[in-house]
Amino acid sequence: MSEQKKHQSIEEKQYLVRFNADTKSHLHVKDEDICLTKCPDKICTIFCPAEIYKWEDIRMHVGYEGCHECGSCRIGCPHQNIKWEYPKGGHGIVFRLG
Amino acid sequence: MSEKFDAIVVGAGPAGISCAYDLAKGGANVLLLERGEYPGSKNVMGGVLYRKMMEDVIPEFYKEAPLERPIVEQRFMMMDKESAVTFGYKGMEWGKEPYNNFTVLRAKFDQWFAEKAVEQGAVLINETVVLECIVENGKVVGVRTDRPNGDVYADVVVLADGVNSLLAQSLGFHKEYKPDEVALATMEILKLDKKVIEDRFNLEDNQGCTIELFGDATKGILGTGFLYTNKDTLSIGVGTLLSGLIKHKIRPYDLLEYVKNHPMIRPYIQGSEPQEYLAHLIPEGGYNSMGKIVGDGVIVIGDASQLVNAIHREGSNLAMTSGRLAAETILQAKEAGDFSERMLDEYRLKLLNGFVGQDMKKYKDSTHHFDKFPQYFDQYIPMMNKAASQMFTVDGSSKWEKQKKIWSDIGSTKEKMKIARDFYRAWKVIK
Repeated sequence: MSEQKKHQSIEEKQYLVRFNADTKSHLHVKDEDICLTKCPDKICTIFCPAEIYKWEDIRMHVGYEGCHECGSCRIGCPHQNIKWEYPKGGHGIVFRLG
Repeated sequence: MSEKFDAIVVGAGPAGISCAYDLAKGGANVLLLERGEYPGSKNVMGGVLYRKMMEDVIPEFYKEAPLERPIVEQRFMMMDKESAVTFGYKGMEWGKEPYNNFTVLRAKFDQWFAEKAVEQGAVLINETVVLECIVENGKVVGVRTDRPNGDVYADVVVLADGVNSLLAQSLGFHKEYKPDEVALATMEILKLDKKVIEDRFNLEDNQGCTIELFGDATKGILGTGFLYTNKDTLSIGVGTLLSGLIKHKIRPYDLLEYVKNHPMIRPYIQGSEPQEYLAHLIPEGGYNSMGKIVGDGVIVIGDASQLVNAIHREGSNLAMTSGRLAAETILQAKEAGDFSERMLDEYRLKLLNGFVGQDMKKYKDSTHHFDKFPQYFDQYIPMMNKAASQMFTVDGSSKWEKQKKIWSDIGSTKEKMKIARDFYRAWKVIK
């Protein structure tokens, strides 16, 4: 048994999860301009439990491959700016335990 | 897939499988569609499965189902930063038949449960997303899937597609949820030696313990944490309203790490190995957020209809009961050859008049109340801890002096009145 590490990063957590990613994204930012000009907080980059939303200078990068399909971004986006669909059948996250 | 079924159930979770099981058992030709690789692969819960509602579907299921541990102790920790006031109940009657509840790992359990539905005659098709309901003349007549030539028809479609019920939403049954109507829960499965678990939680073989965490576990935001014992793993998690995370700009996985490293929790999980990390939404709007759940040729069950009792961390049991009642109604409708909303409304009536509806109504204002008045979590729990510390610290002052000090620390008469009023209000919303 190893010592409990003080803090486990989200990257380490995501590494524990099995994903069968589709080749195309099931998440789309509807209007990129809204993130750039109307959304100073970019709160999706904070509350997404898999940190798949990352702000890169002028645009939102969506790492859909690590999505838990929880739906938080669709509901929590203050501008309802995320088009959220389920990944193609059999794709996306595959929970093995919980 | 051009065949027509008596019923199509969308989603193989506790609600959908219960419904498909009872429909198949009752002689209906039922198709159960699951978008994941296998039932359970998309499903998450803290881990408590209630025996009674599961037995209403499969009697004595505990003799063969893949369960973790029957729960013999339920503890509640009211946490401050470096302390906790703990209470709970442990009873040996919960450790033997007929049991009260069990911890389960959903990926295993849901697969087993779905197989039982298949044994009854349900047709299970995995890896299939339902894109929309096929509606003709205002009546749902089937579903459009993401498979080639993927239209399937049925007399009735049961939506058991979970908290993100895009299908119920697109039928106009409920509006998009707001961030204060859903909780975002993150959890981890931690591997730990069976014997170590039993020692740490004061358990014997085939006994389990659940600990619910309030207060500092969520940094005072409305929500709860939990720590449950499985056979040779622990499930640890934390859930708060999405609106709380947004308001306080908290990363959910940071909150989970905070709980794992809390001095009241760390000793329980020390030395364990994380096996899986999971995130999921819980519908917590309660009765007031329930939309329409019956239409012509369509019924909504489980999380898709907001059936969660957040105060008592119940959900899978409400889901199973809703699935069972939906099946009952559909079998009657089949007999009568009538799948109209009027006929299917019997499901809604049975659900709302039974324990599910009673409990949903009882706690209908609780989420909103505790969200609106955060002092319960961020002030009164720390206050309770401070009082316990003062009372139980032996420092030479008399117990009368201690009581006097505790009483004066609570604040002025005006503040005491406010607390009394808050407790009265809290009692009113949960009574």
